[in-house]
Amino acid sequence: MKERVALDLSKLPLHGMGTASVTWWGTLAFMLIEGTGFALVIAVYFYLMSLAATWPIDAPKPDLLPGTLATLILIASLVPNVLMSRWAEQQDLGKIRIGMVVMSLFGVAPLIVRIFEFPALGVSWDTNAYGSIVWTLLGLHTTHIITDLVDTLVLTTLMFTRHGNNTRRFGDVQDNAMYWNFVVVTWLPIYGCIYWIPRL
Amino acid sequence: MKANITGPATRDTDLERSQLEAELAETWKTPSGLWAALATVDHKIIGRRYILTAFVFLALGGILAALMRIQLAQPEARLIGPDRYNQIFTMHGANMMFLFAVPVMEAMAVYLVPLMLGTRNIAFPRLNAFSYWIYLAGGTLLWLSFALDMAPDVGWFAYVPLSGPQYGAGKRADIWAQMITFTELSALAVAVELVVTIFKQRAPGMTLDRIPVFVWAMLVTAFLVIMAMPAIMVASTSLILDRLVGTHFYNPAEGGDVLLWQHLFWFFGHPEVYIIFLPAAGMVSTMIEPFARRPAFGYLALVMALIATGILSFGLWVHHMFVAGLPRLGNSFFTASSMAIAIPAGVQVFCWIATLWDGKPVFATPLLFIIGFIVTFVIGGLTGVMVASVPFDTQVHDTYFVVAHFHYVLIGGAVFPLLGAVHYWFPKITGRMMSETLGKWSFWLIFVGFNLTFFPMHILGLQGMPRRIYTYQPDMPWHGINLFVSLSAIILVAGFLIFFLNAIRSARSGSVADDNPWAAPTLEWATPSPPPSYNFARVPVVSGSHPLWDCSDGLAVANGLRTDRRELVVTSLVAAEPQAREASPRNSIWPLWAAIATTVMLIWSIFSPWAVVWGSIPISITLIGWFWPKSIPEDES
Ligand code: HEM
Ligand SMILES: [Cu+2]
Repeated sequence: MKERVALDLSKLPLHGMGTASVTWWGTLAFMLIEGTGFALVIAVYFYLMSLAATWPIDAPKPDLLPGTLATLILIASLVPNVLMSRWAEQQDLGKIRIGMVVMSLFGVAPLIVRIFEFPALGVSWDTNAYGSIVWTLLGLHTTHIITDLVDTLVLTTLMFTRHGNNTRRFGDVQDNAMYWNFVVVTWLPIYGCIYWIPRL
Repeated sequence: MKANITGPATRDTDLERSQLEAELAETWKTPSGLWAALATVDHKIIGRRYILTAFVFLALGGILAALMRIQLAQPEARLIGPDRYNQIFTMHGANMMFLFAVPVMEAMAVYLVPLMLGTRNIAFPRLNAFSYWIYLAGGTLLWLSFALDMAPDVGWFAYVPLSGPQYGAGKRADIWAQMITFTELSALAVAVELVVTIFKQRAPGMTLDRIPVFVWAMLVTAFLVIMAMPAIMVASTSLILDRLVGTHFYNPAEGGDVLLWQHLFWFFGHPEVYIIFLPAAGMVSTMIEPFARRPAFGYLALVMALIATGILSFGLWVHHMFVAGLPRLGNSFFTASSMAIAIPAGVQVFCWIATLWDGKPVFATPLLFIIGFIVTFVIGGLTGVMVASVPFDTQVHDTYFVVAHFHYVLIGGAVFPLLGAVHYWFPKITGRMMSETLGKWSFWLIFVGFNLTFFPMHILGLQGMPRRIYTYQPDMPWHGINLFVSLSAIILVAGFLIFFLNAIRSARSGSVADDNPWAAPTLEWATPSPPPSYNFARVPVVSGSHPLWDCSDGLAVANGLRTDRRELVVTSLVAAEPQAREASPRNSIWPLWAAIATTVMLIWSIFSPWAVVWGSIPISITLIGWFWPKSIPEDES
């Protein structure tokens, strides 16, 4: 087919950030998938609750302390996370390196608390349906933290190699920060379900 | 911002056409050899594989259907025993839905959408490779289990308690559940790729109202996949947990509930029907234009109908549970919404009829399949409105009436358009035309054979013949019709055989196709048949909704891209204004390793929960290998 040149693209950047980046949109799409999954598991929680005569079923109310501690840590982590996203936008490699190390620590901390959170539920997954659903909620979110932590650790390492100083990596850091915000935000309704609904 | 690592960047601007093509071919190529074939990320090669694999599963599922029809042809047949029959109908249903119908639609999109949008590869091409391997592994798992006589036997929707730990002994139900995980994982991956490709990789100037309707259909479908498939992953995972580690989601004695399964399954299962149907509808809207020789009537109405169907499809699931004893009011709501979805379907049908009415139709094979589709789909839609009413459904639930209904919508509504689409896009994919003579034979045999096979099943259902029975007694009034149905199925099978024969023969020795044999208006026809690895030597620039119909002074294209780097154009979401010359990843073997590691973990986890812990280590390693940057032009920014 005959062609005629109508547009010159040579001035375009070699990589786009934010909404001009395909990985940004991909991360968003994966968040939508996971968000739907979480919403469904929470719906299952309420469904089972609506069938039960008492809630929790044959179990004490979960101990508030470890879960609340984890929540506080997660909320506090938003501060360095948002800062780091800003540094990534300014392409400030030195600060990003520090930020990534801090965020790695903030990924480990809630996991340590989680070790105490599971026993604090006061019920086993195979005791009854109540135990099954709270273990699933907590387990899912823990997996969520672990995946993001692994991602953060790899990216941190990468920032200290010769591949670090590259707009592409700064975009990855931003996407990673966005994902962590999502990990924190999804925790809040789960926290409410596990710890406060039984207390209503 | 970084110095060039691999020498000076070459631009397409000052290259002769032949040299431009040679350099692009070098940059985008998939070399020959097994290793390169395993490592390729070319959406056309992967799409082709996907399509072929899906059709192999169609043929396998068809063989099972034939076995069932032989068994049911006469009362008290002894060919297949009850246990094997349970496996066969479960295999047939699960295979057709999860290994054929959904993947084949996504596969067509993997091949076609980037071409129709004027881009050089799908977004996240490595994820695309990964998704194919995962799909292949899931299908192999299911069919191996059948070969070992341990296939799932709990129906394609695996209701608890039958599939639960108490009744579903052995590993059969687990294999069903894990096959779900495989296929949903691959479907979700493709959905993400499609959404991002459609949002961000459209040719400059392809605003939202210039997107081909098939691409719109795939966008809506991808969102349905994203919103619906998590439900069945939650369902199948909790089922495995109940079976493996003793949770009680579905155990009423410990606060669980069996109806929860049906809610979760159908919250996915109803949109699933539209995940199959919407792409088919989109194919029809796109194919009808060259054969009616005019633009499709009512572009906006067609797109709105797709979106409306997508949204409504989440409000219908309870119509599969009318006999489960739910509150009356709930049932009325779902009756109303089920009937409402007939409206957008009707809108599309009227648009298609209007297009043909006002056009100058050319009755080539694809158009025959389109017309066969319209007729059959309307019948399937009518019986759909019938079963949406609770008293009627109470009578025919679990009978052959339902079997007839859903084959009318699945085969008539999706397989017919698909076969038309294969005839239509075959020249683009293979560079050769399919035979029109054999095409017409296959159409008429399939169309007539289909209706003779499935229409009488409505009557069988009204006469009370239940579905999923391996045989029936001679004193039941069913054997005459059953024999007729089975004999008619021979016609249907003959039609499919001719279709396969035609495809295989034409791929080898069909007449050579030129770039645009149907004089069609969409961008995939602007490239050679079959397209080169880079799709477009110069990326098209779009200024109308029928780029190849309104370009009498030549196709507008863009230049300024590099040839030493896999480069494509990223454009803005609404107006499709160029934003970046983004790199597209090179071939890589890591997606295959990642898929193998994932497969090991998923199959192992049927047997032990620890598989999830230990199995995730190799998966992480392969993912790091996959994403670790290399010093190549694609990593520049
Ligand atoms: C090619 C010709 C086909 C024939 C002759 C055929 C025949 C049948 C028959 C006889 C049954 C009922 C089995 C029983 O209840 O005992 C059945 C079930 C089913 N078929 Fe087909 N079928 C065909 C193609 C398809 C296709 C293309 C699809 C999907 C796209 C499909 C999806 C299903 C499903 C989902 C079931 C229900 C399985 C279950 O009860 O769990 N079939 N088919
Ligand atoms: Cu439905």
